[in-house]
Parts: sequence; structure tokens; C-alpha cells
Amino acid sequence: MAVAAPSVPGTSASEAIRMARHPWLSAAWAAARTPRGAVGLSLAGAVVLIAVIGPFVAPQSPDALLTLTFAKPSGQFPLGSDFLGRDVMSRVLDGGWALLLMAALATAFGIVAGAAAGISAAYLRGRSDGLIMRTVDVILAFPQLVFALLLVSVLGPRLWLIVLAVGLSHAPQVARVIRSATLDISERDYVKVAELQGMRPRKIMTSEILPNLVSPLTVEAGLRLTYSIIIMAGLSFLGFGQQPPAANWGLMINENRVGLPLNPWAVIVPVALIALLTIGTNTFTDAFARVAIGIDRRPEESALIDELMPGVPR
Amino acid sequence: MRRLVMGVLTLVVVSVVVFLATQVLPGNAAFAVLGRGANPARLHALERQLHLNRGLVDQYWIWLSGLFTGKLGASLANGQPVWALVKPRLINSAVLVVVTGVIGALVGVGLGAAAALRKNGWFDHVTSVTALAVTSLPEFVVAISLIILLSTVVFHWLPAVSLLPPGTYAWSQPKLLILPVATLVIVIVPYIFRMMRAAMIEALESDYVEMARLKGVPEWRVVLVHALPNAIAPTIQVIGLNFLYLAGGVVVVEFVFNFPGIGQGLVFAVGNRDIPVVQFIVVVLAAFYVLMNIVSDVIALLATPRRRIVR
Repeated sequence: MAVAAPSVPGTSASEAIRMARHPWLSAAWAAARTPRGAVGLSLAGAVVLIAVIGPFVAPQSPDALLTLTFAKPSGQFPLGSDFLGRDVMSRVLDGGWALLLMAALATAFGIVAGAAAGISAAYLRGRSDGLIMRTVDVILAFPQLVFALLLVSVLGPRLWLIVLAVGLSHAPQVARVIRSATLDISERDYVKVAELQGMRPRKIMTSEILPNLVSPLTVEAGLRLTYSIIIMAGLSFLGFGQQPPAANWGLMINENRVGLPLNPWAVIVPVALIALLTIGTNTFTDAFARVAIGIDRRPEESALIDELMPGVPR
Repeated sequence: MRRLVMGVLTLVVVSVVVFLATQVLPGNAAFAVLGRGANPARLHALERQLHLNRGLVDQYWIWLSGLFTGKLGASLANGQPVWALVKPRLINSAVLVVVTGVIGALVGVGLGAAAALRKNGWFDHVTSVTALAVTSLPEFVVAISLIILLSTVVFHWLPAVSLLPPGTYAWSQPKLLILPVATLVIVIVPYIFRMMRAAMIEALESDYVEMARLKGVPEWRVVLVHALPNAIAPTIQVIGLNFLYLAGGVVVVEFVFNFPGIGQGLVFAVGNRDIPVVQFIVVVLAAFYVLMNIVSDVIALLATPRRRIVR
């Protein structure tokens, strides 16, 4: 499955052996060494670093009203102040971790649910397959953001609800990709051997099929993480994520955009951080996909081409 | 035909899901609306207005038949009939989505084909990297960046908000459409571009293009008549999928620009816990998506030369 990773010069022999045992690790390492992967990883890493250590190094309290509203940057307040006169610098440093945590949780939930559904659908076939894929069709009919908004409209902006809704709305896409990958794997000899040995279906799915899906699952996880960040930040921007006075990059953008002509930094900095983060995760995922699966395009795109242009040599 | 049946079935299930999610989830809708101001008398009156005192199946039936007859009840926020509230927004959003879709499809297909023809040239590299970066951006980041660049901080060319006077529609002031449309075009073009580029490269390397070249068909004819139609078929599906992104994207973009469409309507309704309006808009968006899926399947089928011959 995984294309033999290019040999990485300069690593010790024991490390080489360890990587040969873990093709996933060597693929991630090889991806990080491509120009694209390096750029993606350092962008995302830098933003994550800001979000994680930010709350500990913030110079002021993020909630304290300290100066005039929309004050321009000054020595004491390097990024100026926001619509209530709070220190933008401190709020930026404090406003990322919750967003990241929620996006990561939603991604994990979506990947686990989607992989379970996709593998079961492909391996069990028949009625389970039909039932799972019809459920997938129904969830797919809701735009992801709208799905979350629907639930928020009933239960209010609860953070666990948003994580659940976003995770659940990822599951169908993951299930589709994993299903088609599993269909291919379940025809392989080692699966047939396990079946003949009388291994139970659940065991086959977890110990024979799942390990071979690590690369496509990682690509999916990267894609879904990017989308999770986009949706989470969007919900906060719309006012349905963390509630004021919490500092949150999405919320900050909306709160401070009326003051764009006065202190644009209160908007530009959170916008730039979100943009760099999503560009970073997406670019690294792209680099990983090229190394691990050897494709030049997204799984959903190649699935479409396969379906519509059969017989075209590749 | 099978697709149509599946589509209708999906829609029925969607309507049940929307209904169950909003009507049955813990804390009934009447309570959610009244919030802390709830007292038994008001709760009771509102329950009757929302038919919450009937059985579940009855409730669903009343709501479903309302969807088709236009009797959707009144908005809980301001008492206006839901249909009267949503209709002008629906028209505005339709204008936004159609204009964006047409411009986005043309730009995406054009750029994708051009990049594929110069595979690995500088144009291909620049456009591919840009596309990768832009696909990662949330809509509101694009929108705010455009506002910063074009209407507030750097230049002051375009209005930052698309407020329409009541009673007028989006086409009466095209200038107000520019920024929302530009935002959505920037968001969808990379997907169409990537698909078109990939499909066009496959088509250009295929046997039938090789055959045409060997026969001595002029290169422009090879590209336009042999490769392009085959590459467009899968791209049409992606364009269709992009209308789904648009259905979600209009929510944020309309909110940013204060554009009076259904997306903004949905945000307001969710904020006010205006359940009847939320239900209706979500069903409309889902129906739109299912419809687009069927339409793009059919067009892709018609547009694939090979499949036409098989039939």
C-alpha cells in the first residue's frame, strides 16, 4: 500500500529499522522533508505553539478593560485595544487553545465514527452496507455548518454539542473514502487466509484491515482537521461558539470588525493566525498524501475520476 | 429515474431528521423560545400554537403538509408568516449562488485546462500552490481580507456591507453583489480548478488523444474536441458538489456582508431560536443539495461521450 518511502540519508541504522516497521512514521518524516511539507508543518506548528503557550505568556489579563476602545498599537499594548478597550495582544495569545482543542476532538470523533462505518459497510456488505451508506447520504445532504447550526438552534451554543455535531458531519466523507479503500483490501489474500482460519469478522476488521488503512486515514484526518478548524472558527465568528467575554480568534474578528478603520490589528492578527493554521495543516496533509499514497490529488477527486473515467491508464 | 427516487427518499428522511432534531430533542421548542420568561400559561399557549400538544406523527404531518402548501406558521421572533419572511431572502440568495456558480465554473475550468496544458510549467506551479493555499481558507477569512483590502483599510472602492433597502432585490444594486460574489468565487474556484486540471491531464495522456494526434488532427482540435469534453464530465460533478459548499458558504458570507439572503436569515433565526424559520431554511438547503446532486449526475452522464455511445 504505502509506496516505499525514499531512503532518508543521515539516520542511524536503528532508526532506519524502526521506520521500516512503521511505514506511517517514515512517510510522515519523508513528507516533512519535502519543501511543501516543511512549509506546512512549520506554519501549523508555529500557530499551535502560539495557541498553547500563549495563555501563559500573555502580558495582561485578556478580560481587563485597560484603555480606550480601538486604541492604536503602542508600547504598552503592541497590537492596540479592542472594542471594549481590552489588550488585543493578550486576547490573541489566549484565544487559540479552545478552538484548537475543539477542532482536534471533532476530528478524532469524525475519523473514528467514519472509519468504523466505512470498514463495516465494505466488509459486511449486503444490508449493513446499504443501511450505512443511506445514512451517509442523509447526513451529507446537510452542509456541515448548517448541521451544527440546526443543533445549536435547539440546544443553544454548548461547546460539547458543537464538537459532536462537527465530528458527526465529518463521518460520512470519511466513511466513503474508507469504504472504497476497504473494498479493495478485503479481496487480498491475507484477508482470505484469516477468513479461512475462522477469524471472527470483528477481529478481521480491526487486526487485518485497519492497519492497512493507516495512510488513507491519516490523509483524511489532516483534511478533516483543516475543515474542523474552518467550521469551528466560523461558528465562533457567527457568535455560536465560545460566548463573550471569552477570547476566541473567530469571535474577536466579528467583535472588532466595526473598528477596522481605527485599529485594524484587532482583526488582521486573528484572521492571519487562522489562515496560516489552516494553510499549514492543509499543505502538510497534501505533502503527506503525495508521499504515502503517491497521488497528486485528493482521495475524493481520484474516486470521482475512477468512477467516471474507467479504463483511463494512470 | 432510480436516482430521482433515491433523492426523494433522502429528502423525506432529511425532513424527518430536521423535524425530530428541532421538535423532540430535550427541552421542547416552546420552552427553548420562551427561555427564562416561561410561565405555565404562556408555555401552554405557545405549545398550542406550535401544535406541541398533539401526537408526534400528527405534528410531523401538520408541518410536512405546511411545507407544500406554504402554510408554515409564523416566525416566533416577530410573528410574520415564515414564507413571507423567507421568500425575498430565497430570491436574493439564488441570485448570489447562480452568479457565483457561473463565474466560478468558467474561471475554474479555464484555469484548470490552461494549467494542464502547461503541466509543470510556471503557470501550473503558481496556480496549483495558490489553489492549495486558498482551499484551506475559511470563507470569512477571505471575506474579511477582501474588506480590509478593498473597502476599509487599504482602498475604499467598494461598500463593506451589502444592505439592501427593504422591498428591493439583489439585482437592483449590482455593486453590492461584487464583494460577496468575489468571496464565494475565490472559495469555490480552487476545487473546480484542481479537478479540471487532474481530469484534463488524464485525458491528454489517454489513448484516444494519442490516436487523434497520430491521425494528424491539429492540436487545437485535439484539445478542444477530444480532451476537453472528457475532462469536463468529472469536473461537472465537482461543480455540483461546490453548490453544496455554496449552500454552507452563503451562511457565513451573507452574515459578513449583511446580505439579506437565507444564510443571514438562518443565522438570525438560530440566534433567536426561531424554530419554524430554522426548520424551513434547513430543509430548503437540503432539498437544494439533493436536487443539485441529481442534476450534476445527469449532466455528467450526458456530457461523457463514451457513455452516450454505450447507451
